[in-house]
Amino acid sequence: MPRFKARVLVRLRPSVLDPAGEAARSAALRLGVDGVQSLRIGKAVDVQLEAPDESEARRRLEQLSDRLLANPVIEDWTLEMLNS
Amino acid sequence: MSIGVVVFPGSNCDRDVRWAAEGCLGMATRCLWHEETDLSGLDAVVLPGGFSYGDYLRCGAIARFAPVLQSLLDFADNGGRVLGICNGFQVLTELGLLPGALTRNRDLHFICEDTVLQVASARSPWLRAYGAKAYLNLPIAHGEGRFQCSGDTLKQLQDDDAIALRYQNNPNGSIDDIAGITNSAGNVLGLMPHPERACDPVTGGLDGRELLQALLN
Repeated sequence: MPRFKARVLVRLRPSVLDPAGEAARSAALRLGVDGVQSLRIGKAVDVQLEAPDESEARRRLEQLSDRLLANPVIEDWTLEMLNS
Repeated sequence: MSIGVVVFPGSNCDRDVRWAAEGCLGMATRCLWHEETDLSGLDAVVLPGGFSYGDYLRCGAIARFAPVLQSLLDFADNGGRVLGICNGFQVLTELGLLPGALTRNRDLHFICEDTVLQVASARSPWLRAYGAKAYLNLPIAHGEGRFQCSGDTLKQLQDDDAIALRYQNNPNGSIDDIAGITNSAGNVLGLMPHPERACDPVTGGLDGRELLQALLN
């Protein structure tokens, strides 16, 4: 069975306040890094999956992303196949 | 007449709920381990506060798949009363029994304090005993209690008269000061404050009593 590697990036929707990102942005100033205009924190989820073919692998990964890894009320996600 | 109290790995307010409901208010309770599926004989189910499944991924995201919650969907659909407190509220939104999501508090702090709430709607049985516009003093204890939803969802909540409780001094940045909501039918309530911690005179106020009594009345 072919094995697929994928990365799912989960981000807060642009309209949702990210207080942790804001706190990191203000820490950037204390570090002495100037000019950071915006900093928003998301998640990267690396997945390895066995599936008969790539389209089936994508179908499963999309279901996984939409139904578990991200909450569509507050988050967006993107899927990247790493070895296709 | 009996109340089920769901216990997830990581729940930590399940015993508080039992003490309040059974010890203080004399209502029979039964613990429901998350793997149970039999809700027969129960009149109401409480999802207590805590950190179900360690709150991994997102608060309530893993708990949503617990076998007991698949039974709870039918239970709620048939009009059974479901109360989600704090982490239980987060679980109800992830499960889809209530709309919206609970996100990181605006100022990042875990907030543990008494807070003043106003009854926004006495339409549902949960808050009828207090009456509309009444003030309650209940403790909150959460890091992720900022209620968020889309503009359309907020309008739907307002149209359905489903906003149950509002903060007087919004501590976490929740949209429209929302501290608790019901479903449109009114049998499911989720709220961030802890009514079970305001039932015993030994530990403070008693403003949570009528809310818990509504589990059976």
